[in-house]
Amino acid sequence: MRGLAAVVMLAVLVMATPAAAAPVSEDTVHEVASQLRCVVCQSLSVADSPSETAHQMKDIIRERLAAGESPEQVRAYFVEKYGTWILLSPPRQGFNLLVWVVPFAALGLGLVLVLIVVRRWSRRPAVPEAPPLDPAMRARIRREMAEREP
Amino acid sequence: MSGRSRILRWAIPLAVVPVLVLLAYGFRTDPRDIPSPLLGRPASPFKLTAFDGKPVALESLRGQVVVVNFWASWCYPACYEEAPSLERAWKTYKDRGLMMVGVNFQDKDEPARRFLTQFGHTFPNAPDPAGRVSVDYGVYGVPETYFIDRKGRVRFKQVGPVSDQMLKDQIERLLAEEA
Repeated sequence: MRGLAAVVMLAVLVMATPAAAAPVSEDTVHEVASQLRCVVCQSLSVADSPSETAHQMKDIIRERLAAGESPEQVRAYFVEKYGTWILLSPPRQGFNLLVWVVPFAALGLGLVLVLIVVRRWSRRPAVPEAPPLDPAMRARIRREMAEREP
Repeated sequence: MSGRSRILRWAIPLAVVPVLVLLAYGFRTDPRDIPSPLLGRPASPFKLTAFDGKPVALESLRGQVVVVNFWASWCYPACYEEAPSLERAWKTYKDRGLMMVGVNFQDKDEPARRFLTQFGHTFPNAPDPAGRVSVDYGVYGVPETYFIDRKGRVRFKQVGPVSDQMLKDQIERLLAEEA
């Protein structure tokens, strides 16, 4: 009887505790973590870093998501504390826009340059044309070649 | 040689110039030197339990100038360099409206306690086991020191060790302000 009471109690406890909060998908935690820079690392995301700090940051992400915040709000929290530096992809505005535009602009410019150079090369004749052979010379070559044959 | 191809001949080496300028700029700047977005903003409240078991809460310190120092026993030599200066400043200004709080960052209990004993720190020091306070203050690494004015706003952040002169300048400036 006492055993049954204990089982009932346990069941009540299990149902009463964290089930109240919506379960947080690890995918969402990973998604947010992969967009944030691990502050103690060099060029690693919070998701990729094995450091203690990154673990704690992941816990904070999970905790905030569990409290009902959206991934956007969790990101905003970290930006509020660390500035946009914490985001691995800089926001596409202001000076940061350069980072997004320059590579494509440079690629385009390079392509145009290559095109110009290639066209110039293809227009230039590959081998200068041989001067026309005069008939006397042609006859002499024929004769000498015939002489060499056994 | 035509004018156009002369331009092209120069254009290619000249294209290297902006790249060199960018590299020169990039290598001269410290990637860790990022302005804190917290300056001028209210300092995040925190409640920690000090190594001696006493509670440390920022809210109860309003009206005082607060220096929050993040440190670790593994942070050698920077944390070891600044430790005596912190204790000196604490002794000088504690009766004039200064509160100093040490927050132990990513550390183990035993070496942290040994550090405190080594330097004879008498101001409250507390571990931040879950790293919440460190993230709330946007800490990148240790040591980092935050100066909070009497109104509870973060006014200055020092990345790297603090010196006697810097502590004196910042603390006296903030102590001179009205609550």
